[in-house]
Order: sequence, then structure tokens, then C-alpha cells
Amino acid sequence: MTEKKGWKEIPLGGMICEAGSSSKFKTGDWKSFRPIWNKEKCTQCMMCVVYCPEDCIPRKDDKRLETDLSVCKGCGICKEICPVKCIEMKEEGASDE
Amino acid sequence: MSKTEAFTGADAASEAMRQINPDVVAAYPITPQTPIVMKFSQFVADGEVDTEMIRVESEHSAMSACVGASAAGARAMTATASAGLALMWEILGVASGSRLPIVMNVVNRALSAPINIHCDHSDSMGARDISWIQIYSENAQEVYENTILAIKLAEHPDVHLPVMVCQDGFITSHGIQNVKIFDDNKIREFLGERKPIKALLNVKDPVTMGPLQLQDYYFETKKQQDIAMQNAKKTYLEVGKALSGITGNTYDFVEAYNLDDAEVVVVTLNSTAGTVKSVVDKMKSTGKKVGLLKIKLFRPFPYEKVAQLLENKRAVAILDRSESFGADAPIYGELKNALYNANNKPKLQSYIFGLGGRDIYEEDIESVFNDLISNNIDPNKRYIGVRE
Repeated sequence: MTEKKGWKEIPLGGMICEAGSSSKFKTGDWKSFRPIWNKEKCTQCMMCVVYCPEDCIPRKDDKRLETDLSVCKGCGICKEICPVKCIEMKEEGASDE
Repeated sequence: MSKTEAFTGADAASEAMRQINPDVVAAYPITPQTPIVMKFSQFVADGEVDTEMIRVESEHSAMSACVGASAAGARAMTATASAGLALMWEILGVASGSRLPIVMNVVNRALSAPINIHCDHSDSMGARDISWIQIYSENAQEVYENTILAIKLAEHPDVHLPVMVCQDGFITSHGIQNVKIFDDNKIREFLGERKPIKALLNVKDPVTMGPLQLQDYYFETKKQQDIAMQNAKKTYLEVGKALSGITGNTYDFVEAYNLDDAEVVVVTLNSTAGTVKSVVDKMKSTGKKVGLLKIKLFRPFPYEKVAQLLENKRAVAILDRSESFGADAPIYGELKNALYNANNKPKLQSYIFGLGGRDIYEEDIESVFNDLISNNIDPNKRYIGVRE
């Protein structure tokens, strides 16, 4: 973490003077459920990718990859929208079975 | 070139807005809106201004639309009164916290409950700590000039804060007076175009306004905001001096009326200052050493100036047209603060008057002066004309 700036140095009214800075803000640390993706069952329909409000399901070569958990808030929309039920939400801290 | 018009205080505000020709005016179109917006809408309809007029469903939305417009880089204005200002509350803080130079005319009227539409200062005094500059106007002429001054003050790079220009409901807003209106071109030349420090619509220099700031940066942003408020005093005088070049009038923090000779002084603001002047003239002619200190700039508050003018006076009465329930009334509290470090403190007496539009008469003010002269002063709030 760089040293924090004083009031004389920061932009007016808390303004952020760069584009796309929200990608630096990790929103994944407050989720209480995490999505568990069953890769085998998945049909790659991309519904979860489109519906994810945080845009945290990466894609490569028209295939979805593992959810980026550093950004995922655990809302469960991917699970709800999945037509083949290949995503389940698991409570954070629950024991692995 | 100037001309004299028969204008109400509301007309004076809308005439100033016509000359300012703001990019955006967002306003709630029905009560508690005042004739300011009604008349300005006519200017828009008649094509006399280039303003984008946004009629919104509430004052909360009116201020929100002003925030959006101002953030985009536009010169944005609105007007409201009473409950309308109260409903804007949340967004008042967004405007000042985001450092947006919005200018708003406020017609001072009582707050509910009980329901009352008449003059007192509860609305804007309630908003005195929300980081809006507040300028109070004695009459329609001052409303007109203060509104023009407010634009230049708000947009100054050292300030960049919103401004409320206040006037008394009905007494000023609906009372017709002669108002000297200065040349459109001169006023427009004085104001120039707004040059925003950053603008949301400038895609070449993208910014985010009003983002999340938590324990790490919020505090610094607030400190910066207070410094801007303090800077506003100096800028107010500078801008006022420049405006004097057009109007010939002066723009100090306060107006001192017969103050040099006075031993006892009444302090107040808005239209009642006019009534006090009349009483001062009358009492002066009978040899009484009385004077008036009218506060024009209430936020930021000119503590040093007030202390300098009032130390060595014998007694001072502060007339507040609003309550601070369970605490010192707004102007009285500031006066007491201002005089804390004075070498020779005058005695102070707090009076509350005129709530909900209750009239105040010259006799009432004369009796206040007589209280001061006869040293009839106590630490309690007094209420002018309240029945026991």
C-alpha cells in the first residue's frame, strides 16, 4: 500500500481522476456464500456470464472460466439463472464434505 | 446602462437568473415553490434564455438534477422554500460534499408542523451546517445583486461550493419595490462562462465524482471542504469588489448602520434589518446612541469582523427569526462565539421573533433598544410578542 495522501494533495470532493479504477476495488471479501461451479455439467450457455452484476466470471475462447472470487459478492444470481443447475452456493466457512 | 423596475424579491431573483442564463434549472413546479421559478419558466418558454428547464417531481429530485448538471460541467441553479429545502436535505450535502457550485435562491419560510407558509428562517438556518455558503438579503435589490455575486463566488477555483441566496418569504418575495437592474451584457461579461475544474462530460479527462470514501480518505475530504469554506470569505470580498465596479454598491460581510456612534446595537438579518434602520433613524433624532449590525454573509461566518465592530459597545440585542430548540438561537450563538475573545465584551441579549410570519413592528424594536439602554438584560431567550 502506498502512503496515503494529505488533504492538500487529493482531488476536490473525493473525485477519482482516472477511468476504470473500480477494477482495483476488490468486492469479494464480504460474501457469505460462494458459487461452486460444476464444470462437467456446464453447457457453456454463458447465461451466468451475462447476468453476473460484478462481471466476475472470466471468459476465454467462448468458454467461461472459474469465477474470480476476489470480486464475487456471492449474490447467487449465477446459480438462479443457470438452466442446467450446475452452480451451487456454499456458505463461507462451512466445512468441506 | 441600468433601468429601474417595480419588482418583488421573487422577480428580482428570476431577473438575475435571466441575466445569468444558466445552462440548467431544475425545480419542483408546485408549492412550496415560489414565483421565482414561475417567472423564470416564462423566460424559458419565451426563448429569452437558453436554459434547459427540468421540472421534477420533488425538491429531492430538483437538487439531484442540479448535482448531475453541475457535475457534468453546467451552470446549474434552482430555487425553493420551507419544506422544499427540508426535502432537499440529503442532496444539499451531496452538492457541497462533491464541491459543486450550484446557486439556489431560498425564500425563507417556516417549517411544518404546525403547517405554516409564512416567513421565518427555520428552513435555511436548519441547513447552516451543510457546507453551503449562505448570503442573506434585506430587500429585492440585494436579492438581485447577491444572486449574481453568488455565481461568481460559487465557481471560484478557491471555493467551488454551492451558495444559497436567502430572502424573507412574502415580506420580500411578494412585496414590490424599486429594483435597479444593470445591463445584461455587463452582467454576462462579469460572470463569463463557467470553467469547471473537472467535468463528467469531458470524455478526454474521465473522472468519478461522489465515490465511496471510508476511514482512509473521507476525513481529508472534509478538511479540504472546510478550508474552501474559509477561503470563501476572502473570495466573497474580491468578487464583491469586482461587482461594485458595475453596481456602485459595496459587498461586505455585514452592513454597519449608524454603528460608529452607537452604544447599543441590534443585530439581525434579512428584511427586519430595514425595519431596524427606520427605528435607528427615529431614535437617533432624539439623541439615542443606537445602531444596527446587519449580517449579510452567514456562512462562512465573519467572526473577526463582527467582534471588531461590536467590542467596546455597551449592549447588543440579537434578533433571531428561527429557534434552535434547547440551545442558543443561530445568530445569537455565533455572536457569542465571535465575542468570546474580545477585550471589552458587550452584554448580549437574545430575542426570538416573527416565527411563522408573526409581524414585528417598529415599536417592538424600539422596546428592544430601550431594554438595552436601561440595562434590562438577562441570560434567557426572550420572545417578542409571544403570549404567556
